[in-house]
Amino acid sequence: MAIQFKARIYVTLRPSVLDPAGVAVQSGLHQLGYDSVEGVRIGKYIELQLSAENQTAAEAQLDQMCDRLLANPVIENYCFELDEVPALAVDR
Amino acid sequence: MKFGVIVFPGSNCDRDVAYVTRELLGSSTRMVWHQDTDISDLDVIIVPGGFSYGDYLRCGAIARFSNVMNSILDHGKQGKWVLGICNGFQILTEVGLLPGALVRNRDLHFICDRVPLKIERTDLPWTRHYTPQQVITLPIAHGEGRYYADPDTLKQLEDQQQILFRYCSATGAVNDSSNPNGSLNNIAGIVNSSGNVLGMMPHPERASDPILQATDGMALFQGLLDGVLVG
Repeated sequence: MAIQFKARIYVTLRPSVLDPAGVAVQSGLHQLGYDSVEGVRIGKYIELQLSAENQTAAEAQLDQMCDRLLANPVIENYCFELDEVPALAVDR
Repeated sequence: MKFGVIVFPGSNCDRDVAYVTRELLGSSTRMVWHQDTDISDLDVIIVPGGFSYGDYLRCGAIARFSNVMNSILDHGKQGKWVLGICNGFQILTEVGLLPGALVRNRDLHFICDRVPLKIERTDLPWTRHYTPQQVITLPIAHGEGRYYADPDTLKQLEDQQQILFRYCSATGAVNDSSNPNGSLNNIAGIVNSSGNVLGMMPHPERASDPILQATDGMALFQGLLDGVLVG
């Protein structure tokens, strides 16, 4: 029986890619007095739900989704967290 | 010689391109809706500028999964002509017909301007009507036009002379101050290794009609027409 999962996907610019938006936000934080802040990088956060036979199958699907659409491997890295969604009482 | 102009939801330079190829060049031109798959009647595919699918996720990321894209991939792999302008360039990199990616401009601004470009190569139909190292002026209009590729890819582009257009100064100097968006190596337009697929951020179609007082882009379309006819 398929299990429902919730995924939290983080897409970040690869370290070699300049992130001018991150640089601008960092200078904003400095102006607010947070002088010690460094290394600001802005990425994307994506939530989705999916169902799969098990955790391994869900991870395999997510890897494919990230490689094919959600991230561009030329400029971005990704990682994700996966949680099982407890079945609702009505489904039991 | 028949041109096809791909139309995505959010394309906005499609009619400008068709005006150039149909009205100015006098060539048969067909608008191709992104859900069509049969483009076998076409010699040149143009993927126009705009904001396909609202630039959601990344520019060109969703357009690359349109039905028509598989046909465009085949068209390009058969050695037929494919031109991607602006958003079209972004789409061609997303789908893998051209290497690298277009990312947010260095200074974060959307740049709408006319910029000088240096012609690096004139032995391909795209640029045969220009002269080597000629400086031309074309409009640019983009927020994500900074060309990026890993060092190996960049070296390959340079070694195989795949860079057709570079941002430069009015006198042809290629340096940081003549680079509007921070593109690596001042890259404004590249071809694939066999030369039949061209992607460029500048808009040649916006500099083709004499009524606009700017015609430096027309030679690209004319060169393609003449070059392909000659064979």
